[in-house]
Amino acid sequence: MVDPSRVPDVPLTAPGDSGGLHNVFRQRYLLRLLVRKELKARYQGSVLGLLWSYVQPAVRFLAYFLVIGVVLGQQRGVENFAIHIFSAMVMVHYFTETFSSGTRSIVRNKNILQKMSLPREMFPVASMLVSAYHTFPQIVILLVGVVLTGWSPTPYDVAAGLLGFTIIAVFGMALALVFSAANVFFRDFQNIVQTFSIFVMWSVPMIYSYERIENLAGGTVWEQVYLANPIANGVMLFQQLFWVPTVPEGSDLPPVMPDDLMTRGLVVLAVCLVLLALAQVVFTRLEAKFAERL
Amino acid sequence: MSESIVVENASKRFTMQYTKTIKQMTIAALRRQPLSDSFLAVDDVSFTVEQGESIGLMGLNGSGKSTLLKLISGVMRPDAGSVLTRGRIAGLIAAGAGFHPQLTGRENLFLNAAILGMSEAETKRKYDQMVDFADVGKFLGTPVGHYSSGMAARLGFAVAAFADSDIFLADEVLAVGDRPFKRKCMRRMEEIKKEGRTLFYVSHAPGSVRKMCDRALVLVNGRLGFDGPVEEGLRFLQYDDSETDSDDDLGADI
Repeated sequence: MVDPSRVPDVPLTAPGDSGGLHNVFRQRYLLRLLVRKELKARYQGSVLGLLWSYVQPAVRFLAYFLVIGVVLGQQRGVENFAIHIFSAMVMVHYFTETFSSGTRSIVRNKNILQKMSLPREMFPVASMLVSAYHTFPQIVILLVGVVLTGWSPTPYDVAAGLLGFTIIAVFGMALALVFSAANVFFRDFQNIVQTFSIFVMWSVPMIYSYERIENLAGGTVWEQVYLANPIANGVMLFQQLFWVPTVPEGSDLPPVMPDDLMTRGLVVLAVCLVLLALAQVVFTRLEAKFAERL
Repeated sequence: MSESIVVENASKRFTMQYTKTIKQMTIAALRRQPLSDSFLAVDDVSFTVEQGESIGLMGLNGSGKSTLLKLISGVMRPDAGSVLTRGRIAGLIAAGAGFHPQLTGRENLFLNAAILGMSEAETKRKYDQMVDFADVGKFLGTPVGHYSSGMAARLGFAVAAFADSDIFLADEVLAVGDRPFKRKCMRRMEEIKKEGRTLFYVSHAPGSVRKMCDRALVLVNGRLGFDGPVEEGLRFLQYDDSETDSDDDLGADI
C-alpha cells in the first residue's frame, strides 16, 4: 500500500527541532521576509516612511550640537563634542533597540509561534537586523557631520569602527535571545529591559569623555570595571572611527582613548561570542515550552 | 522503513494557570492551597502512521486533538515519550494562522509559504495555483486585516494545500468556509491523498472522515481510545447513528 517513491529520503526526526541560530542564517529568504514585515509594520500609514529615520537623528544631532556644545559650552572640554556624543549615541541606540525590540519579539509574534513551526530564533535575529537597518540612516547623518568637520580616517580606524559595530551586534543579540525567551514566562522582563536601557547611555563615554574616567580612576580596578563593559568598548571603537579622526593634529585637546583599544576589543568580541553561544543554549532549553506559555 | 509519523508514549501536561502575581501566590500559600494545578492534555499516546495513510483524528471537544496535532507539527514538544516525523510538514492548524493583518494578501502568501519551508522560486511556481484556489480576487493587494474570516481562511488553506509536503495536517479547515469552498477543500484533500502524502485530518463530521480516511484514531480525555477502521471508530464514538443532515457529507464541524 505504501508507495515507496513517495517516502521522503530523510530520516525520522523530531518535528520543530530548529537547529538554532546556525539554521536561521541558512533560511535567509524567510529571514528577509520577516525583516520586511517588521519594517512595513513600523511605517504603517506614514507618508514619509523611512525618511523619518533620517529626520529624527538629524534633529537629535542638531539639538546636541546646539544645546550641549554651544549653550552649555561643554565644547571647551572636548574637541568636536557633538560628534563625540552623536557617534556614541548611534551605537547606544543600536544596542538598546536590538535589546528591547528583540526581548519583545517572541511575545509579539505569538500568533505565528502558537500555530506554525519555524526556527524561533528567527524573531530576535530579525529584530537585530531591523535595528541595524535603522542605524544606517544615522550613520549617513554622522558621515555628513564628520566630512563637514574634516575627517581623515586611517585603515586602523576603519577596522576599529567595524569591530565596535560587531561587538554591539553580537552582545545585543546574546542578551535579546535570553531575554526574549525569559519574557515568554514572565512579562516583567520587558520592563526590566526598558529600565536597564535608560542606564546604558550613562555607562559609556557619550556625554562625558573617556578622559574623565581616566582622570578619575586611571590605573585602578574601577577603570578595568568600566572597560569590561562590552557596550563601552563598542562605543569607543566606533568613536575611534568617527570622532578621533576629526580632531586636528596638534589640537590643545587631543582625544584620549585606552591604550590597547583594539586588542581589548578583540578580547571583548571573543567573550561576546561565547556569551552568544551560552544564550543559544539557554534559548533552546526554554523554547520547548513557548507554545503553551505564550 | 516507510513510517511517516511515529508517536511513542507521548504525553503533554498543561498547567492551569501559569503566571500569578505575588499577591495571589501569598494568599494561596497562606490558605495552604496548591500553587499550581495541572492536567494531561495528551496522555501516553502511541501509534505509527505509514507514508501515504490518511488518518481521521476524532474525539469530543477537549479530548486533546489539537494538542496532539501541535505535537506532530512541531509547535509543541512532548513532556514525555517521543514524536518523530519524516519529511516536510504542511497544514493548517488553524485557518489563516500567522497572517499579519498589516501585510497584503500577496505578502502574507509569500511569508506563510516561506514559514512552511518553501523557497522564493517554489512559491512563484505555485503562486497562480494558490491565488486561483484562494479566490480572493482583487483583494490580494489589500491588507489581510480587512479580509472577512472566510477570505483569510481560504488564503491560508490555499498556501498550505499547494505547499510541497510529505505530511499534510488539517484542523478546523472546514469550520469557516462556505459550501462551495468546503467542496473545493475536500476535492483538494483527495488530490493530496492521491499524491501519496500522509494525511492527518481532524474532524467531527462522520461523512468527511468516511470519505477521506482509511483509519481512525479516537482520543478520549487525552488517551488513545481507539485505533482502527473508520466505521468502527465512528461506532466507538457513537457518531454513526447521527441523522444524516445535509451538511454531513461536506464535513461541517460541530
